[in-house]
Amino acid sequence: MAGVAEVGRARPRGTLSERFVRFWNRYLLFIYTGLAIVYLMAPVAVMALFSFNNPAGKSNFVWQGFTLDAWQNIFAVPGLQSAVTISLGIAFASTMIATVLGTLIALALARHDFRGRSTTNLFIFLPMATPEIVLGASLLTLFVAIGTPPFFPLSAITILIAHIMFNISFVVVTVRARLAGFPVHLEEAAMDLGANEWTTFRKVTFPLILPGVMAAALLAFSLSIDDFVITNFTSGGTVTFPMFIYAKARIGIPPQVNVVGTIIFLTAVGLVAVSTIVARRRNLHDEAIARRLLAETDAS
Amino acid sequence: MGGFLRRHKRVVPYLLLAPGLLWLTLFYVLPGIQMFVTSFWSGTLETGYAFALSNISNYTTALEKFAPQFTRSIVYGAAATLLTFAISYPLAYTIAFRGGRYKNLLLFLVVAPFFTSFLLRTVSWKVILGDTGILLGPLKNIGILPSEFQVLATPIAVVAGITYNFLPFMTLPIYVSLEKIDKRLVEAAQDLFASNFGAFRRITFPLSLAGVFAGSLLTFIPAMGDYINAELLGSPQTTMIGNVIQNQFLTQNDYPTASALSFLLMAGILIAVAIYARLLGTEELTSGGV
Repeated sequence: MAGVAEVGRARPRGTLSERFVRFWNRYLLFIYTGLAIVYLMAPVAVMALFSFNNPAGKSNFVWQGFTLDAWQNIFAVPGLQSAVTISLGIAFASTMIATVLGTLIALALARHDFRGRSTTNLFIFLPMATPEIVLGASLLTLFVAIGTPPFFPLSAITILIAHIMFNISFVVVTVRARLAGFPVHLEEAAMDLGANEWTTFRKVTFPLILPGVMAAALLAFSLSIDDFVITNFTSGGTVTFPMFIYAKARIGIPPQVNVVGTIIFLTAVGLVAVSTIVARRRNLHDEAIARRLLAETDAS
Repeated sequence: MGGFLRRHKRVVPYLLLAPGLLWLTLFYVLPGIQMFVTSFWSGTLETGYAFALSNISNYTTALEKFAPQFTRSIVYGAAATLLTFAISYPLAYTIAFRGGRYKNLLLFLVVAPFFTSFLLRTVSWKVILGDTGILLGPLKNIGILPSEFQVLATPIAVVAGITYNFLPFMTLPIYVSLEKIDKRLVEAAQDLFASNFGAFRRITFPLSLAGVFAGSLLTFIPAMGDYINAELLGSPQTTMIGNVIQNQFLTQNDYPTASALSFLLMAGILIAVAIYARLLGTEELTSGGV
């Protein structure tokens, strides 16, 4: 016994329960994080799994058997193809416009000191803080009030207007975050070398903020393609992909919808992964050049 | 053009702001004003509407009639916010302090599920929590749970759904605030003989409070306005104010009542944001948000 105690002092081992407590303390947070990620991923996994289900009736809530049928005939469900097409179109258009408008605001907020800056900050935050239902409902009251047709019949256009509106703030926030450590001296250097504002923007500023702009566009696209609440208020008879899901949610969602959901998920994850890898490569490349330049100056 | 800009440098930020802010004015501010006006209307879609200040009765009637739904929205929203906090804090803490080189990967895994459709995620919970589903089915078969036990169509399912769907709004701001903490402060506390927990309680946690507040606001607001979780996972006994607003607007076409309800919801939120901005400033809101 004494020998064990000696060893224990030299290398803390202790009894089984003490070791268990130590193991628990050291790994508890990691175990917890693992469980949390399982919890977060569970619904996605279920969605993907049920895209391979072979449901007996309309309802796709109980596992019946494996089939590739839904993957092979994605658009066999009437209305699904047009809903997906409309959603993609609105997402592309709203992303393009909101990204341009939002990036301009982000440039103003991050690079310029002007009167009304903090008011603008608050103004940008408010649409993000407003519940979607209020955004959608208030737009509907506006369209109803001025809308004795033909002004604003609810359609894909009113959906687009709404999506641009709620996307602007998210673009501003994302681009601004990337502008935080912006190297202003590079622009000054370009100007000193005789470039005008436009050339400086095109050759220096824009390439530097591009990763941020791309991230913002990705976010805007995924927000737009997933929006149900605001779209529900501004769509009229137009059926987007989320509207299609909602309509089917009670009578049973066909597995084809899960297929489209899975494809959207994999595409988004793939795009993020690719952009991360590209950014990391570029950083490594830049670092290598910097290191070589340093070595050369040291040598001379 | 270039010459003009150089001479009038102070105009540049306003030129950059103009198009975006114009869009927000037309399609965010103006609808808000219109909603306020509409809430003072009387009449119906068929007879036409008339504006009168005496129609403030729209508000009192709406509040009386839909008091249970308002209460439920606040209770469910608050419960979900507490739960997201309880789940998010250890998660954000682990990623910020123990993440090491897997930090970005872990963050990505937290956000990744939200690249799937909100509706499909919620429907998936319906599959998972179903009375004979993946979770309850086996537990009932081995007799741990009585066969009549159910989660779906109860407030628990609604709160669980809201908690899940708004989790990143809590996790990300807390992560951002933890990440900013100078780790040397924690080490200094430990050098001064603070226990691990003592250092956490006196240094780390207080410094992360800005993120906790931002996260609570960003979670509670959409949670209170949500109606999809109540619709898909709940029952007629779990309807929230969002369900009422959507029903009044899109099914009953009772625009004045629906506008009054939306405006009450919005007014509550504006007060919360104003208090927040007063206490912690506006910069945190748009920088810690994402």
